[in-house]
Order: sequence, then structure tokens, then C-alpha cells
Amino acid sequence: MGLTLDTALLGAAVAIVLFAVALLYRVARGPTMEDRVIAINGVGTSTVVVLALLAAALDRPAFLDIAIVYALLNFLASVAISKFIVERGGVL
Amino acid sequence: MTPLEYLIVLLVAAGVFFSFVAVVGIIRLPDLYARAHATSKSDTLGTVLSLAGVALVFGADVATVKTVFLLLFMFITNPTAAHAITRAAYDQEIEPWTEGED
Repeated sequence: MGLTLDTALLGAAVAIVLFAVALLYRVARGPTMEDRVIAINGVGTSTVVVLALLAAALDRPAFLDIAIVYALLNFLASVAISKFIVERGGVL
Repeated sequence: MTPLEYLIVLLVAAGVFFSFVAVVGIIRLPDLYARAHATSKSDTLGTVLSLAGVALVFGADVATVKTVFLLLFMFITNPTAAHAITRAAYDQEIEPWTEGED
């Protein structure tokens, strides 16, 4: 693969990192607990995509394993927190 | 660049575009349910397009299988997570936004 493709993939990774940073505005502002969880879920999704793009751009397939584990944990965290919110009556 | 590389760049660019739409939706939309709508549809499409581009980069390799597995997993779990969170919000009786409110 040529240099230009790697550069394009790295540029896409940088853009998605910036989007994840922008999502932190919603995490900080809220206003409800669920807004924060949804925004954090988006940050986790961005992290998975960035890891996959870095695996392709730097030619390190091992990053994909980390991305798979991160995706599993991200899903598990969202479902666990939404269960926890309901059973604790919104106190978290 | 080969035609395959153009296809990869096109897929990743489309993925970045839909991720951008999702971020704008999460920041700008008025209430939790509308924001969940942005993250569950637009963000999922952006992720799937980007991962499809990454899968094409690796060619015939075990890494491609891993990427396609990751793609299918994100395709199923991202809307499911948004649904679970929205349902938790509904059980907590958070009122949906209606016209006329700020």
C-alpha cells in the first residue's frame, strides 16, 4: 500500500479523535445521566474505529484484537449502566 | 493509487462524514431521545463504512475476518446499547421534548 493511502487513513483517524473530543462537551454538560452514557458510548465507538484505522494505516493487525475487546466492553458498560440506573432509581 | 485504494478512501471518507453527522446530532439535538436517534443510526453507519474500508485494506488475511466480525458486532450492538439506555430513561419517566419548550 502506498504512502497516500496510509496518510488518508491517519487523517481519518485524527478527524475521528477530534469528534470524540467534541463529544466530551455533551458528557460534561449532561443534563441527565443517560445523555452522558450515550455520549460516552459514542466516544467508545470512535475509539474502536480509530483503533481499526490505525491497524490498517500502521500495518499492525494486533490492534484489531484490542478494538474487538474494546467494542465488547463498550457494549457491556452501556447495558450495565442502563440496568443500574433503573434499579437504583436514578442514583449513580 | 489503484482503483481499490480509491474505493477504500471513498468508504473511509463516507464513514468520517456520517460520524461527523452523529457528533453534530449528539451535541445539537434538543433532548435525550433525539440524541439517541443520532447515535444509533448515523454513528452506526459511519462506523460500518469506516470498518468496511479497513477490511478492504487487509486483503485476503485473518485480519480481514477480524475486521468483518468487528463490523457485524458494531452493527448489532450499537443500536442495542442506545435502545437499552433510552429504555432506562423511559423507565425513569424522563419526559420527551415537545415543541414550544426550550
